[in-house]
Amino acid sequence: MRHIISVLVENESGVLSRVAGLFSARGFNIESLTVAPVGDEETSRITLVSIGEDHIIEQILKQLNKLIPVLHVADLTDGPHVERELMLVKVTAEQSQRAEILRIADIFRSRVVDATPSTFTIEVTGDSGKLDACLSLLIPLGVTEMVRTGQVALSRGDKGLVKS
Amino acid sequence: MELTGAKIVIQSLLDLGVETVFGYPGGAVLYIYDEIYKEKKLTHILTRHEQGALHAADGFSRVTGEVGVAIVTSGPGATNAVTGLATAYMDSIPLVCITGQVPVPLIGNDAFQEADIVGITRSCTKHNFLVKDVKDLARIIREAFHIAKTGRPGPVLVDIPKDITIHKCEYVHTDSDVNIRSYKPNLKGHIGQIKRAITLLKASKRPMIYTGGGVVLSDAHKELFEFTSIMNAPITNTLMGLGAYPASDGRFVGMLGMHGTYEANMAVSHCDLLIAIGSRFDDRVTGKLEEFAPDAKIIHIDVDPTSISKNVNVDVPIVGDVKLVLEKINQLISTASFKKSKPDLSDWWEMVETWRKKDSLAYSQGESAIEAQYVIQTLCELTKGEAIVATDVGQHQMWAAQFYNFEKPRRWVTSGGLGTMGFGLPAALGAQVAKPNDKVVVITGDGSIQMNIQELATCLQYKLPVVIVILNNGFLGMVRQWQEFFYERRYAETDMMSHQPDFVKLAEAYNALGLRAKLPNEVEPVLKEALASDRCVIVDIHTRPEGNVYPMVPAGAALNDMILL
Ligand SMILES: Cc1cc2nc3c(=O)[nH]c(=O)nc-3n(C[C@H](O)[C@H](O)[C@H](O)COP(=O)(O)OP(=O)(O)OC[C@H]3O[C@@H](n4cnc5c(N)ncnc54)[C@H](O)[C@@H]3O)c2cc1C
Ligand SMILES: Cc1ncc(C[n+]2csc(CCOP(=O)(O)OP(=O)(O)O)c2C)c(N)n1
Repeated sequence: MRHIISVLVENESGVLSRVAGLFSARGFNIESLTVAPVGDEETSRITLVSIGEDHIIEQILKQLNKLIPVLHVADLTDGPHVERELMLVKVTAEQSQRAEILRIADIFRSRVVDATPSTFTIEVTGDSGKLDACLSLLIPLGVTEMVRTGQVALSRGDKGLVKS
Repeated sequence: MELTGAKIVIQSLLDLGVETVFGYPGGAVLYIYDEIYKEKKLTHILTRHEQGALHAADGFSRVTGEVGVAIVTSGPGATNAVTGLATAYMDSIPLVCITGQVPVPLIGNDAFQEADIVGITRSCTKHNFLVKDVKDLARIIREAFHIAKTGRPGPVLVDIPKDITIHKCEYVHTDSDVNIRSYKPNLKGHIGQIKRAITLLKASKRPMIYTGGGVVLSDAHKELFEFTSIMNAPITNTLMGLGAYPASDGRFVGMLGMHGTYEANMAVSHCDLLIAIGSRFDDRVTGKLEEFAPDAKIIHIDVDPTSISKNVNVDVPIVGDVKLVLEKINQLISTASFKKSKPDLSDWWEMVETWRKKDSLAYSQGESAIEAQYVIQTLCELTKGEAIVATDVGQHQMWAAQFYNFEKPRRWVTSGGLGTMGFGLPAALGAQVAKPNDKVVVITGDGSIQMNIQELATCLQYKLPVVIVILNNGFLGMVRQWQEFFYERRYAETDMMSHQPDFVKLAEAYNALGLRAKLPNEVEPVLKEALASDRCVIVDIHTRPEGNVYPMVPAGAALNDMILL
């Protein structure tokens, strides 16, 4: 099963390689990883997506917790949560296709963020299913380049990651 | 007081109670060594190789329970330390290794003797640090010791660039506890889980205790003895757990696993409750996972949550320190009501005794070729099971585990998890430094001893009367045994006979005592002479070349599927 794991870490050099190294050294699967400071200057939040059986995911959570600079680990898939990903897609936009591309962009509530006589660059946000769906419609029209951020997620409700 | 970084290193070590360090100097640690030169309160043992320094610090730690300390230079000094770190990491031994590094402005420039040792050792240390500011140095050293020795112990590396060792800052001695907000090991054990365990303990008709290195690391042998007495259950130790329970006690059924006794493996395979204490279900222990303890509920006490339900699913996990958890359990099972409701175990003991009668370690000593088992049995008798025994890796290691009957913990120094040949001699010298009044013996093979033989010079320099017993079978015996059993006796590159050094002459070259035995009746006199010597001794004992370790569970087979002699 697919799991979204949130990891709060001390903002120190080498943390990311400790986390990434753990996955490669132990052969854990990693679908996506995002990381950024969360604003207090001391901590960063890593969001990981991994696919694995329950006992593997349990090991992943325990092993992450065992890393010294890791403050907190949670499997967001355990409860209700919101997940978002951002994608930028550059599509070839010949005259005959321009209207069609804009229609697709509209259906997915995405925005055109750059346009040239021969291309559109479209920004889409949503869960990964939505991004996949949008992409599958754009590919036949000619996608020249694209990039995705990987999942970020938060649990729903008033509870946060860190118990105070 | 303003001190240089180098002085802060030394002062921090002293303030942390360190009296002995093992190491090897070089350019990046020159300032640190200059302070070592000036500081008479700190003893520095100069090994002849950085790997030796790490294993020596490791041996020192295993026999004392203290954090072992090693200092090495940057680049090749640091990379030479890696095997020592990995060895300690696999066996959860607390070490602090200080490495020199090129000056901060040069890091990343492929500078002379630069190695990214923090990157290299990330997966074989419990944690590592690169010091980038002298103001962080004292705190980092204290944190390194704290991390090394608390929770599940392990090696920690502190990489110190050379310029940091000349920069100055204020140093204040502090006795306050280290507080790392992201690192708080759970030691106490959840009372709800402990109560669930008690319910199982109370009901079990065929309980089996399986303990490991965690009992030694937690210094919980007394609590274990009490627990085992109240339970009156058979007990087995892993290779790492030997000595935590007295081998002479009737409840002890020997080691389990690949080269464990018949009775230990059968008892694990037939028990209805397995109580795992500070042991980690290693594949050398479990054999085929699906058939491991098939009828048993499992209780597992371990301080590291990742050890629990990693290989074998556990019914009652108790995360905590063995000593604290056993104290609590003992308190709860010491009651009259527990003892009254506990089932009678005489049928279970009858089964165990039947298995024990098989005498799976039996061998016969003839008149011509020396059997390795006989050598170790004799050594055990001559030292009354009280020597500190270090080993290398191979058949000799397994025979030592099977035939040296340890009565006390922290006397068995062996590389179990990584299985590092070359560990024995340097680890023994570290143990001898820690315990100058104890007899320290290395049991080794003719292959392994050649992997860190240079440490003889260290033994000589510091007058360490280590007794090195080479069980010389002329082969890389353990590998040869596998080739005999599973590769139709194709002895690929395992024959060491033809170009073997003369070990007696080698001893003499180092000004050690060299002795030799080629016949069974020479074994006892030669060992006696070696043990009586106050010098370092090599005893070269020519054993039967194709002797095998029995019993053996082939890799991947079930535990009760043993090859017996
Ligand atoms: C050639 C060869 C053959 C081998 N054959 C065998 C064999 O037949 N049988 C065998 O048993 N081994 C054998 N081994 C050793 C094997 O590879 C493992 O090293 C060993 O089985 C592990 O022992 P352990 O389970 O006690 O764990 P250790 O490695 O000693 O780990 C200790 C465990 O205790 C926990 N712990 C540490 N401190 C505490 C504390 N304070 N409180 C609570 N828990 C704590 C740790 O988290 C860890 O889970 C062999 C090795 C070699 C090289
Ligand atoms: C550094 C290292 N290299 C290789 C091995 C693989 N290995 C395990 S046992 C063994 C043979 C050891 O031979 P020896 O020291 O003579 O001991 P014996 O088995 O003959 O008692 C080898 C090569 C190892 N454990 N460690």
